[in-house]
Amino acid sequence: MKYAYYPGCSLECSSAAYDISVREVADVLQLHLREVDDWNCCGATEYFSQDELTACSVIARNLALVDPQLDQLVAPCAACYLNLKKTDHLMAEEPAFGAKVNEALAAGGLHYDAGRVRVRHLLDVVYTDIGETAIRDKVVRPLTGLKVAPYYGCQVVRPLNSFDNPEHPTRLDELFTWLGADVVNYPLKSHCCGGHMTQISEAQAFELIRRLLQCAVENGADMILCMCPMCQLNLDAYQRQVNNYFSTSYNIPIVFFTQMLGLAFGIEPGKLGIGKEIIPIEPVLRAKLSGATA
Amino acid sequence: MITIPADKRGLTFLDDVVAETPGGERLVHCMQCGSCGGSCPNGPDMDHTPRTLFALIEAGQRDRVLKSNTMWRCVSCYSCTSRCPQNIPITDVMYALKRISLREGVANGSDAPALARTFTGLLDKYGRSFEFGLASRYYLFNKPLSMLKMGPLGLSMFTKGRMSLIPTKIRQLGQLQAIIKKAKEMGGEA
Amino acid sequence: MPEKVGIYVCHCGSNIAGTIDVEEVAKWAGENIDDVAVARDYKFMCSSLGQKMIEEDIQQKGLNRVVVAACSPSLHEKTFRRACQNAGMNPYLFQMANIREQISWVCQDKEVGTQKAKALVCAAAERVKRHKPLEPMKVKVNPATLVVGGGIAGLQATLELADAGYHVYLVEREPSIGGHMAQFDKTFPTLDCSACILTPRMSEVGQHENVTLLTYSELEEVSGSVGEFKVKVRKKARYVKEDLCTGCGICVSKCPKKVVDHDFEAGLGHRPAIYTPFPQAVPRIPVIDTDSCIWFERGKCRACEKVCPTNAIDYEQEDEIVELEVGNIILATGWKLFDCEKLPQYGHGRLPNVYTSMEFERLCNAAGPTGGKIVLRDGKTEPESVAIIHCVGSRDARHNSYCSSVCCMAAMKFGHLVLEKTKADVYSCYIDLRCNMKDYEEFYQRLLGEGMHFVRGKVAEVTEASRTPFENGKLVVQLEDTLLGRQRRIPVDMVILMGALEPQADSKEMGLKCGLSCGTSGWFTERHPKLDPVATMTDGVFVAGACQGPKDIPASVAQGAAAAARVQSMIARGVVSIEPIVASIDEDRCSGCRVCNNVCPYGAIDFNAEKEVSVINTALCKGCGTCVAACPANAISGAHFTDEQVFAEIEGVLWDAGQDEGQAPEEPQREADSVVA
Repeated sequence: MKYAYYPGCSLECSSAAYDISVREVADVLQLHLREVDDWNCCGATEYFSQDELTACSVIARNLALVDPQLDQLVAPCAACYLNLKKTDHLMAEEPAFGAKVNEALAAGGLHYDAGRVRVRHLLDVVYTDIGETAIRDKVVRPLTGLKVAPYYGCQVVRPLNSFDNPEHPTRLDELFTWLGADVVNYPLKSHCCGGHMTQISEAQAFELIRRLLQCAVENGADMILCMCPMCQLNLDAYQRQVNNYFSTSYNIPIVFFTQMLGLAFGIEPGKLGIGKEIIPIEPVLRAKLSGATA
Repeated sequence: MITIPADKRGLTFLDDVVAETPGGERLVHCMQCGSCGGSCPNGPDMDHTPRTLFALIEAGQRDRVLKSNTMWRCVSCYSCTSRCPQNIPITDVMYALKRISLREGVANGSDAPALARTFTGLLDKYGRSFEFGLASRYYLFNKPLSMLKMGPLGLSMFTKGRMSLIPTKIRQLGQLQAIIKKAKEMGGEA
Repeated sequence: MPEKVGIYVCHCGSNIAGTIDVEEVAKWAGENIDDVAVARDYKFMCSSLGQKMIEEDIQQKGLNRVVVAACSPSLHEKTFRRACQNAGMNPYLFQMANIREQISWVCQDKEVGTQKAKALVCAAAERVKRHKPLEPMKVKVNPATLVVGGGIAGLQATLELADAGYHVYLVEREPSIGGHMAQFDKTFPTLDCSACILTPRMSEVGQHENVTLLTYSELEEVSGSVGEFKVKVRKKARYVKEDLCTGCGICVSKCPKKVVDHDFEAGLGHRPAIYTPFPQAVPRIPVIDTDSCIWFERGKCRACEKVCPTNAIDYEQEDEIVELEVGNIILATGWKLFDCEKLPQYGHGRLPNVYTSMEFERLCNAAGPTGGKIVLRDGKTEPESVAIIHCVGSRDARHNSYCSSVCCMAAMKFGHLVLEKTKADVYSCYIDLRCNMKDYEEFYQRLLGEGMHFVRGKVAEVTEASRTPFENGKLVVQLEDTLLGRQRRIPVDMVILMGALEPQADSKEMGLKCGLSCGTSGWFTERHPKLDPVATMTDGVFVAGACQGPKDIPASVAQGAAAAARVQSMIARGVVSIEPIVASIDEDRCSGCRVCNNVCPYGAIDFNAEKEVSVINTALCKGCGTCVAACPANAISGAHFTDEQVFAEIEGVLWDAGQDEGQAPEEPQREADSVVA
């Protein structure tokens, strides 16, 4: 199966572990991901706050750059996924607006027909297009005994959702059941991590992060699985600051779901970006998953 | 109790917000149930809940709405949107309010507008986001004191290879900038 | 006699005149349509003055055809036919053009609207000129009535008719009559015990000499029409012989299999594989649930057969089709509860102490699984706090946009019961409180006095994720208290979801069987929302109770009685007129091929073997036209829908179609078509 691939800026550096593991896992699953040539930043939520037309034009450049032979675009980042999908949706729903976007694109010699590219999140592709049987087939190192808390966040499951329940998503839970992991009941699994609020209002963001960590720990999770770079960053990199702020002592590793998928497929931890997380996962792997440590 | 005075510009405010929001015509269907305010993870930090904001819009309270921090506290989690029993695209209304408040120069969302501008400024310049540049510029100009606190975090990110000091540029930067220029001309940048 | 057509264009106040230039339409019709003797416009054609105008024109100007361009024929066709008849004209020489629902209410451009109005008026005029005088057919009304649904509305209708001396066949899908009301503990606002007021009615119906009770039965098919319906009912196999069973209940008590009762006990209690839904069931004859019976599952057991003192158990019993003849039908098929798991944020099915309203009814019912003790799912702990969430699946564009109308009051009833039976705090989380019938506001006042907390805000979510020690182990109800403008978290032990009332899952099919349509929300559509709430567009078919829209008990009873009264007036009339719009066969042209015999959906065509022609049974014919279209010899025509009439009507609609080519048209043309589309 062939897809265009839009890694997004975070996956270049701060969430390189996500990108590396996506590519490794894709190889095993025979997902042919062709990176969109010379893609640009999707603008996150920031451009929409200032200028909707520019926001969509910037995003639409990426849609226009998708190889004409491909009709599906995979994005692993929640914000990129939503922005790409939303732009396509807005252009289709409001043709007059779509025409304006195309007028802007024309200034760069580009054009995009709304609806040409189907934007998919990586989880949807893995869950739906690959499916249970093929995934179970590839598991060489079951995650037996490992207690994982799947964390969905907001932007993949909520607006314009087509593949999971927005209130009580289960696809990641199911996927990890296939891998043999022990999926913990995690009531806050689609609650917000605070997004960019860590930059604006610490107190507010830290409280949201604390709740998520607390909920996972309370329910006995060994680790939290993420499918969005922003969620991973907030829960991982800010965990120590949260501890300082609330005098707590959380020490729960936060990894991308593709990293654990890769481990289950028998890929070496080093090839999956394991070790790049701030709260190290290695002690958990050593304790629970012999043979999976680097 | 303060009587809310009628305001001439307020009369068209609801229409302005509706026009600025894709699917905004649903806004007039708000029945003040509070699903949005109840769902919002940042509700407690807003000076008005989204529902209150909609009542203020309906009442034509242009200034109170545009100077509110409510929309700037919205992190686009879409909980309200997915629960609204009247199918109002609430998150998009928040984006619209951010844009109007920036355009009218009354934005009052503490540092959120600055973060937005710094972010898109880098995008315009490089075509990619540049986390180190974003953090250093944003903190330097907006919250220099917090920079010290961010030090250890930045350092650990750097040692883990998760922060680069040099921005990545896209190849066809000229093309992107031409598109942005054209879009801004057509849309009237905030 | 040459045709002399009168054309009357109604303003309907500004309803029509606001979007259509009615003067222009009338003037144009007078000048351009052949054989028009008079064309007028008038403010309200349906007023007595409007009708008089038509009558006088018929008498003074010798009109022999009349067209009224106004509203839908379903509203006023009868009115104007009667006016024509009063003036001595055959009422079937009248035709109505609907320029309100079909034009002015759906069109904004006056020019376009006016143009289309001309087309419809022209079509009606061309058609009416080819009408033939017809005489309505007289049908004797069978005094027996079919009532479908044995809930409180159906029971009321049944008793009214049976007490008046008429026979009623009462068909109920469940093993017992009683409906939802049999599941309730108390009724608002009087707090009468539901069973105490319901069960006497149930036994009255069960024992009534004029009532034939067909429980565990479903309506299969309806044919015929008002006065003489033929009905097929499927009596599902009970595996218990009704004539032998005495209702002693020994089989029920000896059955070794117990399963969760998802029907009557809403999943909170158990029942044996052979069961009556509840002790006061009418009839007391049990049924075997073949999905759980050990004999049907594994071919062993037969315990019930062994213990039955009257040998009433019959494992070989099969469904039986019962054929009935009735003059009228009352549908009282009720409602079903919204599936609360469609709102996962409220946790039903995931969080044990989240209950639906129906579960809670059983929980606090003295005859229910806990003997009326209000306890948590563990079966012993009394809640210290209870939150009741309103509008679950109602007033929600994602599910049902209507208000379910009874939940506010039911929520307060629950609040009262919790306050009476426990020491718990009770929170009602509402959007708007709707307590607008007799003594309802007083009930609200009473609950305020009893200390129920009313919090205005639609609940955002119910979560077990606590944030503070105070919330530990609780269900936290999170919402915006909209009167404070702040988010609140209310920790409680129990949550009750006031689920929406929804149409029965098969209401559309049921409607089709009886010639009824359902509105956008799925409820049966009444003939007129204000003036004719229990009749339907099909003569002889009436609706009562919640199948027509969410309703509480008093309103359901009132409708049951109203429907019965309507049926009694039909019976008292003895004979009803039905539209003579039936097919007829020209025997000279009929080749006897019998194609029509098989296509008729009403079985109304027989074959006369002697003459070798097909014959229409006019009593069964509904005038649908299927045979007319199917006849290869063109031997069948439908009265009032002859080819000539229909083609003339089409020609009339297209009066301006040729103008494109020749001279330049003075009015826009194709836009009119786009409005039609």
